[in-house]
Amino acid sequence: MIHRECGVLKTTYEADMALYPLPIAKYTVGALLVLFFGVVPLALDDYYLSILNLVAIAIVGALGLNILVGYTGQVSIGHGAFMSVGAYTAANFATRLDAPWPVNLLAGGLMAAAVGAVVGIPSLRIKGLYLAIATLAGQLIIEWTINHVTFISGGVQASIEVARPRIGSYVLSSHRSMYFFLLTFVVIAIVGTLNLVRSRIGRAFVAIRDRDIAAEIIGINIFRYKLLAFAISSFYAGVAGVLYTYFLGIANYEQFQIVVSIDYLAMIIIGGLGSVLGSIFGAIFITLLPIVIRIAMETFGGMLFEQQTVLNLIANLRLMLFGVLIIVFLIVEPEGLNRLWRNIRSYFRVWPFAY
Amino acid sequence: MKRTLAIVTALVLAAGSLLAGSVHAQSKGELVIGMQCDRTGATQIVGVALCPGIHDYIALVNSKGGVEGYRIKALEVDHEYKVPPAVESYERHKKEGAVSIMVYGTPQIYALTAKLTEDRIPGTSPGFGSAAAADGVKYPYIFPVAATYWSQAAAAVDLAKKQLGGALKGKKIAYIFFDNPAGREPIQVLEDIAEREGFQLRTFAVPPPGVEMGAQVLDIAQRFRADFVISHLFGAAPSVSIKELKRVGYPLRKVVGLVWASAEDNINGAGGFQVADGYFAMQFAGVGQDYPVLTEIKEMYKKQGKEPPKEMNSTVFYNRGVLIAALHVEAIRNAIKDKKGARPTGADVKNGFEKISNFTLGGLVPPLKITPQDHEGGGLVQIWQVKNGKFEKATEWFAAYQDIVAKHTRDHGKK
Repeated sequence: MIHRECGVLKTTYEADMALYPLPIAKYTVGALLVLFFGVVPLALDDYYLSILNLVAIAIVGALGLNILVGYTGQVSIGHGAFMSVGAYTAANFATRLDAPWPVNLLAGGLMAAAVGAVVGIPSLRIKGLYLAIATLAGQLIIEWTINHVTFISGGVQASIEVARPRIGSYVLSSHRSMYFFLLTFVVIAIVGTLNLVRSRIGRAFVAIRDRDIAAEIIGINIFRYKLLAFAISSFYAGVAGVLYTYFLGIANYEQFQIVVSIDYLAMIIIGGLGSVLGSIFGAIFITLLPIVIRIAMETFGGMLFEQQTVLNLIANLRLMLFGVLIIVFLIVEPEGLNRLWRNIRSYFRVWPFAY
Repeated sequence: MKRTLAIVTALVLAAGSLLAGSVHAQSKGELVIGMQCDRTGATQIVGVALCPGIHDYIALVNSKGGVEGYRIKALEVDHEYKVPPAVESYERHKKEGAVSIMVYGTPQIYALTAKLTEDRIPGTSPGFGSAAAADGVKYPYIFPVAATYWSQAAAAVDLAKKQLGGALKGKKIAYIFFDNPAGREPIQVLEDIAEREGFQLRTFAVPPPGVEMGAQVLDIAQRFRADFVISHLFGAAPSVSIKELKRVGYPLRKVVGLVWASAEDNINGAGGFQVADGYFAMQFAGVGQDYPVLTEIKEMYKKQGKEPPKEMNSTVFYNRGVLIAALHVEAIRNAIKDKKGARPTGADVKNGFEKISNFTLGGLVPPLKITPQDHEGGGLVQIWQVKNGKFEKATEWFAAYQDIVAKHTRDHGKK
């Protein structure tokens, strides 16, 4: 995933589809695993781990959306709503049935997948912006339903408190234990997506994205695969929603409003459509950038302005800078951070003989 | 390609150096209060005036030597009314050693309830959040410290009763609300009161974003013919409701807005104080500048050779900021006194909050009585009326139907 030769030197399909394109990749993956499972949790304190936890949830959600938008080419503005479906399903399972977290997690994902498949039905007839609006309707309908049906939302406050997940008698409440919990699902999500996109299903998705009529002619069942894309994407969203619920200890409908859907779209567009690494980059970028900008402004702002002015400026300038940086990154590389990363890699591949 | 690389390298280096530079050394004798703020998000009209109020009061306390020898530092983080940045800001506050958190926003207090309790740091949610959090036994670290939506609705009915001649039997009251959990929260309490008082209650939902309510208002004024209107709206919606009610000729002296529909900005947005003449506005902090603490803040600015900030003119929100800051400082003061001058922890400040009693700051703060059981402090509000181009006080601090509110808190606690 990180390493790739810059030239295409493969002679067999097996080599082209290999999960590890180069032998060194195995060592890199091993090193990354050691870094994130061993070094990071030991080296960082609670504050940084809590940020990583937010990033982890965003990665799972962004991967799901990228399967739908990036790989299958079906635009969706309903991702936040699918997350809420997962969150409320899990919360209801947890409080009404007292079910353990693996059951809730699976139930949340499956329920979201089912709802996602239904919302995806219009994709069979409409494409592009029209589909985006149809999924927007899905978002609003789901929001409204959760908001008004107290059977789902658990009362007019539309929030259900959920106990922390436990493994045996160990309760995962600290950020450190939550970090391992979430990281496990990030790894599963990444490996799952990588394998999905190089399978028959993944190739069908890409064929539909590139030209759905051509895909149909070569024998791909458009009906099945489009809905499957919606279902899989929503499954990821649902799982992300459940993880978010366990992270916060509460399912609350205001955490999954339309802004969230747009944030996720921004993540995959900035990170790179149709790439696993891009989803990860995008999730990191959108979550971390506001924090980095704020810390920068607090550090340097005091040199230029008075305290009271800084406070008002920080908040507003941060938004502007955030917007500007997104535009800059997109102008520098319209295909996203993933492409930027690949450019850097291929630059070093032939270094020092550039051009 | 080279340039791209240079940009990326520069950004990475910059980010790295910033992270390193942000780790402040904590001076001895400084206590941190975590402060969440929304100057840029959905409720920015509140944040831009409320947050300066908090800072000014803290600066005033520090200029007078701090609290029992400790300096107070309010560490502000703007979260745009979003949940993930609020979680991040909370962790940052915790890392800086915050002894209490001024949480801002209903979804944010929900998201942080579990964490605050686990970390034993008290968090306040004045005028928003879950009404059931008034139950100090179930939510030991959550402090509404101001009238919850349940108490506000109850007080609104009481006002209606007094305005309509002391009896509500056979009257009609309309409840127009923003269609979100916060908007729907008071309905169950209103229904119970309606049953007791024998008035007819009808609810009118306004879907978000709350700028279109012509049909609902027409319904209230001409079909339902309400005797009194209770309006529970947020953001730009209160202004729209006043305009619309005015347009259909409904008398505004029969309308009361709950606490987020009652600021100068809402009235100005509706066309000014002349247009909104008669409108009742519910408050959980005093309105206007006629309080000794505000005079002191002005003098503090004068001593520094500066003009008082223009945010002070938005007295409803600014004074609420002062109230929030003052309650935190008072809780910290109680905590330090309890520990005979030793450095308080979050749990100590929680006990400090529970000792707040009759702390009125010259009338700006209601005479709250916060106890380990009641974190709301009595559900006190004041009603102000738009009259002669300004807000005039219509009632003193009062609470109503507290038995019904208490019953709902109890029922929720059993869940």
